[in-house]
Amino acid sequence: MLIKFYLNGDLKEVNSDPDKRAVDLLREDLGLTGTKEGCGEGECGACSILVDGVSKLSCLMLAAQLDGHNITTIEGLADGEKLHPVQAAFVDRGAVQCGFCSPGMAIAALDLLRRNPHPQRIEIRQGLSGNLCRCTGYQKIVDAVEAAALEMGDKL
Amino acid sequence: MKDRAVAAGTALPRADGPGKICGTEKYAADYYHEDMLWAGVKNSDHAHALIEAIDVSGALLIPGVHAVLTHKDVKGTNRVGVPESDQPVLADYKVCYKGDPVALIMAESRELIEKAAAAIKVEYQPLPPVFDPEQALLPDAPVLHENRADKNLLLNGTIERGKGALALEECAFIVEGEFHLPAQEHAYLETETGVAWLNEDGVLELVASTQTPFRDRLELAHALGLPADQIRIKAPYLGGGFGGKDGITVQGLLGLAALHSAGRPVKMWNSREQSFLASSKRHPAHMHYRLGCRQDGSLHALSCRIVLDSGAYASLGGPVLALALEHAAGVYRMENVHIEGFCVYTNNPISGAFRGFGAPQVLAALEQMVDMLADKLGMDPLEFRLKNAVNRGDELGSGVLMSRSTGITACLQAMQQHPLWIDRRQWEKDAPPFKRRAVGIAAGLQGTGYGPVVADVANAKLELLLDGRFRIYSGVADMGQGNNPTNVQIAGEIMGQPADAFELLQPDTGRSLPSGSSSASRTTYSFGNALQGACLLLKDRILARVGQMGMGIYKEDLLLAPGRVRHIPSGKDIPLTFIAAAMSESERVSINTFTAPVARHKDIVDPAVAAAGFPHLVFSFACHLARIEIDELTGEVTVCDYLACTDGGRVLNPQLYEQQIQGGIVQGIGYALWEDFKVSAGEVQSTNLSTYIIPGSLDVPDIISLPVETVEDTGPFGMKGIGEIGINLPYPAIANAVARATGKRIKTGPLSAERVWQVLQAGEEQ
Repeated sequence: MLIKFYLNGDLKEVNSDPDKRAVDLLREDLGLTGTKEGCGEGECGACSILVDGVSKLSCLMLAAQLDGHNITTIEGLADGEKLHPVQAAFVDRGAVQCGFCSPGMAIAALDLLRRNPHPQRIEIRQGLSGNLCRCTGYQKIVDAVEAAALEMGDKL
Repeated sequence: MKDRAVAAGTALPRADGPGKICGTEKYAADYYHEDMLWAGVKNSDHAHALIEAIDVSGALLIPGVHAVLTHKDVKGTNRVGVPESDQPVLADYKVCYKGDPVALIMAESRELIEKAAAAIKVEYQPLPPVFDPEQALLPDAPVLHENRADKNLLLNGTIERGKGALALEECAFIVEGEFHLPAQEHAYLETETGVAWLNEDGVLELVASTQTPFRDRLELAHALGLPADQIRIKAPYLGGGFGGKDGITVQGLLGLAALHSAGRPVKMWNSREQSFLASSKRHPAHMHYRLGCRQDGSLHALSCRIVLDSGAYASLGGPVLALALEHAAGVYRMENVHIEGFCVYTNNPISGAFRGFGAPQVLAALEQMVDMLADKLGMDPLEFRLKNAVNRGDELGSGVLMSRSTGITACLQAMQQHPLWIDRRQWEKDAPPFKRRAVGIAAGLQGTGYGPVVADVANAKLELLLDGRFRIYSGVADMGQGNNPTNVQIAGEIMGQPADAFELLQPDTGRSLPSGSSSASRTTYSFGNALQGACLLLKDRILARVGQMGMGIYKEDLLLAPGRVRHIPSGKDIPLTFIAAAMSESERVSINTFTAPVARHKDIVDPAVAAAGFPHLVFSFACHLARIEIDELTGEVTVCDYLACTDGGRVLNPQLYEQQIQGGIVQGIGYALWEDFKVSAGEVQSTNLSTYIIPGSLDVPDIISLPVETVEDTGPFGMKGIGEIGINLPYPAIANAVARATGKRIKTGPLSAERVWQVLQAGEEQ
């Protein structure tokens, strides 16, 4: 079926099997491999994308569910060379190690900060609790989200 | 910042950060090719059986299935594994565990692979399996590998010092304990993956998620029957490794597939379930310990028996056992020791390398014994450790001489002065209703590198590019720890250049040079040393060339600065582009080899154990403190605060240092409290991340990391490896706290809510 949606600000029209997983459509057909897959069953959060600004797991969505929506993937956050404040904070605060969870973490952080621009550390931990990281122990990710919140204030 | 030279010792942000956080850095999982086939396997139906026949015809009838390969299609030895090459790429005459691949399927989609696997018919003659390592050692146990003289015994080793176990009789106080620890799954986010193809010259090219690209190349050559120069392997940044990609995972299958794909590229990417079944784990361990001290609290005698379950194949089980023996007496002096260990084949999933490499198991047992003995003696557990800890020049209980930087005493003293330790009693007293609080500690160490027999060699290559920048040819894969971004810091410091003056080439057997595995706390230690030499060589050459340009003969007059060489007396700058243009291609490249120093003291163990890596020369040290709270109603343990004092030599980058310590500790908290890789009669019960629980962001506290800096003068800028030490101590620190809170020792890990609740109930009954 023909699927129409906005992807990182651009209108996309893609012919796809409606039951193809959204993560596969993004990675394989559209070449956006920044969205990762760690488990394929909604446990790890590595495949998180924003659907109309809300964090969703693209491994549990079908391509047809993207139709008519505004989709943001990790590739859509930076403005050219200039990193989004959340991304910049991840780099500066050492929140990235192997980096495989990082795109999903950044998406989850954005979703959180949009709902709660001034979160406490425990609220950040709650907001990221659907995303697994095996490298960092989470502390520097929490540091990064805290720093990004401070940097952005109410601008998000 | 662009014109500022990088400084060693500062928190330089990782060079790989922006690409990873923007989603533009390509991992092995991110390679897709036009016209690509997917590959996957049919697993064994039995834990132990002879294969009588494999009928693939049904699978070949399915439209979209390109080919199905069996062992008959493998032209080489069909065996991988280092140091013991015993694991088939595709099972030939028998299967030894449920993850053995019997057939390799290539198809147009992943969905078709499952379908095809179901259509393959395999006839087996089941053999009696053995799942318990103790039973596998019995004379009449079923044998997995019939060609082995030692049957199911992969390796055993004994350390006998002084009067051995007999000296326990001379002790004023003795404690005894038995511990069972489960397998731990690495659970890296990127499961085993890669792509392979035959290039236009007929060379087999692989892009794989591997910690060992150079070793893989040689292994594939043997297993698949190809000359090594017909194989090229690239290792982009890994989505985690932790030891689980220390060797061949899917590379053998991928290489085989690409040789039979009619020229099409082949991709393989294990599902989480396949990863859990077929990837290696931390060795399940059964340990029996007796430890004794004199009246004055000096440790006098240790006797212990360690049994590790290797599963179906050897993987790195021999070296893991050797390291377990070496670390079994911890950081303490004691003259009388009997340590014996066995690594045993069973029909369980494969065990192998995992961060800590045998140390987390033995330290979990020993450090609980130390606490028990301190209690029996009536001595403060931290004082007890301080009294017995080694200093430089001492020998460990395992006989290993501490001839390099040895900071365990300083670590323990730092802990002793920390408020989390000083205020512990009050904090415990302030427990809210229905909660019990306690503080536990543990101390330990981790050896660096490969030991005295297998040379730990790194070859660094550095090139001055014509645009005045530099390219570092990294020879060691970066599984996430940041060794390759650290190369920028090392080279930047020596060459006086800013971070963006460096281009980082990830390991590529076609372009970079063999530099060993990404493992053993040795990546930055060994490659950093090699790179340091390569930098000095190239720097000398650049300055010499400037001298030849008429800038005088004194090197002291010349300063290598960002993008230029400054002639200090005249203040004149010569751009690096200008200098590079004046140098020939071979002059612009420097190569330097580093061979790690080894311990050359008298034989303690037999040659097979020495070859497996006993003893080490350089060690990192640490002591940890955990403040825990137990919910009396549920048995749930919460780690409220955590302190780690670590001697990793000089800190090269405080941010990356903390990353390793925090990450290792959280993985260790998982090992202590939740991670329980369950296998029943060879069948994996923990099949995915919803049944195998790794720590999430809400499960762990912020961690305080105190670096206790010694100077390790064999390490680049005085550093030592810290990739592993962090995971070694959360288990015993938490277990010691749980024992203080409940008055009971839980012998079987992990310390789950269920087990803690049971001991709370038992306590009340008494």
